[in-house]
Amino acid sequence: MAETRAPAERPLSPHLRIYRPMLTMMMSIVHRITGFGLYFGTVLLAWWVLAAASPNGYAKFEWFAGSIIGRIILFGYTWALIHHMLGGVRHLIWDSGRGFGPTEREWLASANLIGSIMVTVVLWVVGLLATGGPR
Amino acid sequence: MSEAKVRHIRTPLARVRGRGAAKSGTDHFWLQRLTAVANIPLSIAAVVIIITLLGRNQAAAAQVLGSPAVAIVMLLFIASITTHMKLGMQVIIEDYVHDDSAKLVLLMANTFFTVAVGLAAGYGILRLSFGV
Repeated sequence: MAETRAPAERPLSPHLRIYRPMLTMMMSIVHRITGFGLYFGTVLLAWWVLAAASPNGYAKFEWFAGSIIGRIILFGYTWALIHHMLGGVRHLIWDSGRGFGPTEREWLASANLIGSIMVTVVLWVVGLLATGGPR
Repeated sequence: MSEAKVRHIRTPLARVRGRGAAKSGTDHFWLQRLTAVANIPLSIAAVVIIITLLGRNQAAAAQVLGSPAVAIVMLLFIASITTHMKLGMQVIIEDYVHDDSAKLVLLMANTFFTVAVGLAAGYGILRLSFGV
């Protein structure tokens, strides 16, 4: 049998670095990053649900959730969830074949970003009011 | 159809089945979209449940999470998001990990992780529901 030759050194197709960052492109990257973060964040959901079975375990979870680090993580988790959800709606609109025009896709990307920040802030204001304000 | 102008080596049957090198059709795409759609109302419901439990004690959390309607919504939420997680992370791994053995290991780890997290959370809800 003939020896297999090493593949020729061919130029690779242009990748991310040659493009000027655009909003839709950044939103696409952020969609993936938020999905990646949510993946691991689900451990917190499992922890919370399992902790709810005993007062001792629940106290441990509450201590974590109330700590500075815990709050930062949960705030990020909230934003990632909302951003990924709104981004998902955007993708579902695209799946239907709509929203690809230059104005539409820019509007969708901005609405995704602004909407996710607004909803996250509203949820946290409601949440902090429910717990009696920041401690 | 003339024999002189055969543009595809693949048989018409193979094309109809839509099975490429991955030996599977559009299942991944479809399940990803299906769970994406399911995730929208289920996540909103889960967020509402979480907010209503903020500042409540463990007994209240256990009672609410274990109540039939909430437990069923939470179980659906857990099943849908962990399935969606598995599919999404699979794409990330396939996009960035090009070494075959590393890819294989990570794809297996992905399935193990999502099934384990999903079962743990689901078990947590069922335990509260059945008061075990």
